[in-house]
Formats: sequence, C-alpha cells, structure tokens
Amino acid sequence: MTSPILRPRDFSSHPAYIDSGYRSTALRGPTRPLVPLKANLSALAGPVFGHERLGATDADLTVNGAKGGEPLGERIIVAGRVLDENGRPVPHTLVEIWQANSAGRYIHKVDQHAAPLDPNFFGGGRCITDEAGRYRFLTIKPGAYPWGNHFNAWRPNHIHFSLFGNHFATRLVTQMYFPGDPLLMLDPIYLGVPEKARERMIAKFSIDLTEESYALGYTFDIVLRGAAETVWENH
Amino acid sequence: MSGKGERAAPLLGQTPSQTVGPYFAYGLTPQQYGYEFKSIASSVLADETTPGTRIRIEGKVFDGANAPITDAMIEIWQADHSGNYASKPGSNAKFSGFGRCGTGTAEGGLYWFDTVKPGVATAGDAPHVNVIVKMRGLLLHLFTRLYFEDEGAANAADPVLADLPAERRATLLARLVSPGVYRFDIHMQGEQETVFFDL
Repeated sequence: MTSPILRPRDFSSHPAYIDSGYRSTALRGPTRPLVPLKANLSALAGPVFGHERLGATDADLTVNGAKGGEPLGERIIVAGRVLDENGRPVPHTLVEIWQANSAGRYIHKVDQHAAPLDPNFFGGGRCITDEAGRYRFLTIKPGAYPWGNHFNAWRPNHIHFSLFGNHFATRLVTQMYFPGDPLLMLDPIYLGVPEKARERMIAKFSIDLTEESYALGYTFDIVLRGAAETVWENH
Repeated sequence: MSGKGERAAPLLGQTPSQTVGPYFAYGLTPQQYGYEFKSIASSVLADETTPGTRIRIEGKVFDGANAPITDAMIEIWQADHSGNYASKPGSNAKFSGFGRCGTGTAEGGLYWFDTVKPGVATAGDAPHVNVIVKMRGLLLHLFTRLYFEDEGAANAADPVLADLPAERRATLLARLVSPGVYRFDIHMQGEQETVFFDL
C-alpha cells in the first residue's frame, strides 16, 4: 500500500494565529509564515489507540464521574461520524471530549467561576469510532460561562473535541456548539473562524437520535483532511 | 476507474480548528494533573525494558513577552530506537512513540518526556521527534520538529533542516544539557521564534 498524499490544511476554513478579537492570541500566535514540508511528509501515519486503553464508561459522561448520584442538567446524546474530505469514514480513531457541567463550571482547578461543581459530573470522555466512522457520547448539556477576554464576555455552550485521524497531520482539536445559541455571534473564538466555515462547528438537533423520555439528540459530523487522489463516482 | 460521465465527488469542508482552551487538563492529561481519569498517553514513553538509549526531553514554551506559558500541551510522536513508528505493521508495539505533557504541573512551566532516542525512519533524515504544540490562545495547533544537537553529521544532511535559513535551524535543535537530558524550548514569537511547519 502506498502512502497517500494528504490534501493541505484549508487555511480558508481555519482561524488565523493572531486574532484581534481573541486577546490571548496576541503574544501566542507565531508571527512568521509556516514553513512548508514536502507533501509526502504529511502522510506520516499517526498514533493508533486501541480499545484496551479505554474504560467501559468512558463514553458515558452521565456515569463516568458519578459519586453515587446522577449529574444535574439536561441529558443529551452527541453522536456523528468522523469523515475525511472525500466523504470516507475514518474508522477506529480516537475521539476525546471535555466540557463544563450544566452550571458552566469546569472541574479544572484553575476554573474559579462562581458556579457550583457537580459531585456527580466529571466532564471528560472518549471513544473510538466504529467501522463506519461513527462515535456516540451520552452527556449533560454544558452551561455557558464568563471568561476574561473582554467586559461581559461569555462562552457559548460548547464541547471540546480532540481527534487524530489516520495521520500525524490529520490531528484536529475543535469545539462543538449548539444551534440557536445567541452567544455565538458575540464569541471571538467562534468568530475567529472564517464565516463560510463556522456552521460546520454547530451540531444539529436530531429527533431521530433523541430517545423517548430520556435525552435529546444532537448530530455532529467532523471532517478531517483526506487523501489527495481524485475520487470518482460511478453512479 | 476511468471512463466518460464520471464526476469528482464534491469535497466536504474541513471542520475548523479551535483552541484547546485553558481547561484541557482533565480531559487530555488527567493523571498528570491529578484527576481520577486514566490518561491515554503520558510523559513516560520508555522504561528500563525499552530497547535503545534512554533520554529525557524537557523544555518550556515562551510567549512573545518571553514569559513561560503554563497552560500549553505538548504532544510528541516518534520512531523507536531502530527507526520504526509504532503505526508500522510489525513494529515494536511496546513502544507507543506517542507522548503528551501539559506545562501546568512542574515548576516554571516545564514539560518533559522520558523516552528513547529515535532511530532514522527514512534514509537521509536525521533522527527527530515530531511535535505538536497546543495552548489557550492558539486557535490552530502548530507542528514542529525536535532534532538533536549532537547529531551534527546527520543534521547537516537532513533535507528539512537544509531547506531552512541557517539562522533559524538552531530553533529546532535540542541541546544536551546533562548526560541523557535534552533541552528543547519553544518560542512562539520573537528573535528565537521556533520554526513551525505546514504539513
């Protein structure tokens, strides 16, 4: 099997390194142009994670941090497919998530937002996509929370996603947002993405994924870089 | 695969990147930060049973004001001592080659990896470690490479290093600071701004 050459990162779909709206980028974004590596080097296969690394409840955030009770908040199902640009599923790839609890508080020690921690909610989870690139999490809808970027700055509800894909160069960290959130158009992190690509980060409500008398469902498909060969459709 | 009437399928748009934010620790590096959740990768890639020369890689990440960044996450991906990546069929699966370390638990924002010196994966290349840099305030992660300063001849022949302006090559060289310990600082901006790659 020959290594495919990956399509480049589509910089017209990704945020810039220095963004005037997101203050912390000013001293952290590189100022010199990235140095291109020869195309064949982008095809370096990436790390592979097997199921043996995962715990039985890693994909169920309603139980994986529970200490004898149930977490507070709105239960949701977040599921979708990991695909490449050619529309092919990316099977057996690790998907990691982390998020605030329903009150908008992270369990992280440096989060000092005056909202309660939930003793039954941790907020971290992971799973590995199946043959068809599908993943599925059960969790609690995260709350909005304030951050210090500017006066009255609030992050929209979101879930952080970390993915690998099959190559070192397909690595992606992103955030999933919820439809209809009025904070989106006020959020410099969301707005840092070029307009044409922003909605790719917003999950879709799905009545089909919703479970009767149990939890609302949201679909979120993620597209990673794909192989650069032309894909022909015979139909 | 050839013939008339075929059309290239439209491409799907890449999902945009977003920052890892300040709170990745309990999701991505939980054990390092003391959370009750197993880490899928850590700073320790090798132990006394791992073939090869054991080394420690350590360093700090500096912002444009030369202040150490204490909420960055470094990931490394490297070949084993004989030059094989763990993703290659038949390779030494006991050596995963992948490590992760946040800069928020050691004094002064240090990250570190206990690993082995990688072998040469592709003839002509100098031994190197692939590095991904993420942090709050970085909306799209960065790729760089760590080379070893004591591999002078191999470095001189390495095609990636050779393509760089001489004054920037040094930003990719890890310095041997004590036996088996290499120092690799990452500078986001400024005179010593690290070379970051588009791949």
